[in-house]
Amino acid sequence: MTDKPVLYSYFRSSCSWRVRIALALKSIDHEIVPINLVKDGGQQFSEEFQTLNPMKQVPILKIDGITIGQSLAIVEYLEETRPTPRLLPQDPKKKAIVRMISDLIASGIQPVQNLSVLKQVGQENQTPWAQRAITSGFNALEKILQSTAGKYCVGDEVSMADVCLVPQVANAERFKVDLSHYPTISRINKALLALEAFQVSHPCRQPDTPAELRA
Amino acid sequence: MKQVPILKIDGITIGQSLAIVEYLEETRPTPRLLPQDPKKKAIVRMISDLIASGIQPVQNLSVLKQVGQENQTPWAQRAITSGFNALEKILQSTAGKYCVGDEVSMADVCLVPQVANAERFKVDLSHYPTISRINKALLALEAFQVSHPCRQPDTPAELRA
Repeated sequence: MTDKPVLYSYFRSSCSWRVRIALALKSIDHEIVPINLVKDGGQQFSEEFQTLNPMKQVPILKIDGITIGQSLAIVEYLEETRPTPRLLPQDPKKKAIVRMISDLIASGIQPVQNLSVLKQVGQENQTPWAQRAITSGFNALEKILQSTAGKYCVGDEVSMADVCLVPQVANAERFKVDLSHYPTISRINKALLALEAFQVSHPCRQPDTPAELRA
Repeated sequence: MKQVPILKIDGITIGQSLAIVEYLEETRPTPRLLPQDPKKKAIVRMISDLIASGIQPVQNLSVLKQVGQENQTPWAQRAITSGFNALEKILQSTAGKYCVGDEVSMADVCLVPQVANAERFKVDLSHYPTISRINKALLALEAFQVSHPCRQPDTPAELRA
């Protein structure tokens, strides 16, 4: 038994990566239990995992005696209980902007191109479908960031918006979205990937990363 | 993002419904829509996100336009059913009078509109007794009535209450 928080994660899940980044930024020691979304028909559908999360999705974090699903609900809980370093600005207006950008990604883009939706559109439609979802969202995000960004998404401090950005850019790359249309997104993504928290949490460095994708 | 809602308030413009609600909560904190206890707050946010990220974006207008007219209803039903199956289970352990305990929260704010979507797409709500009970209790409250789609400035005449 351990008192450390336990994160149920899939190496390639962008939502799981968000939580891994937040845990790393806040230096929160934790364990990872890999859940493979593809193998064995999808380990998220096992009875055992369904009991843990009826939504049958990762990430799930077991922490402080509770079990939380939904990546941003998890990140907000970490922010409230382990507030240093801060991932949300103190100013309510800047905080609203961070949440807006985070939700643009976490509600506006990712759910439309996640694994369970892609399974429904048919193999030959998957890439154009995902590209369309991401492009549509990134068109809006690029405009927003032009007025909010400093070094990072909102000013010069790493925030929850940045935690959402990097995994979504990785999804964009995976679906071969042309990122040259998004210079602000690209610049910020590059700056964030230089930070240790974004590296240790990277899909290529996870316990369940397949050998051929390992860094 | 070419979407609603957008709120212009205090000199700023905010999109994304839950970012807006959280800003209102911080700047106009009474009555509270988020519990003070961080663990209960996390549960409220989890339920809100289950709806606002897990269900609605998959069955919104722009996605439905892409799946083809004859596929729209089954597609939407599938998204809602999948989400409500999970939500019903979660609510069985979190709900009191409302989604989380006995105080109206951001989770309830998300629930009622999503149940309306479910009804619109003819999802069988008899499978979701907890969702149904809470929805009914919330619809009795004034805030959920004055804000109802059937009472808006742009409600078409034939749908007006």
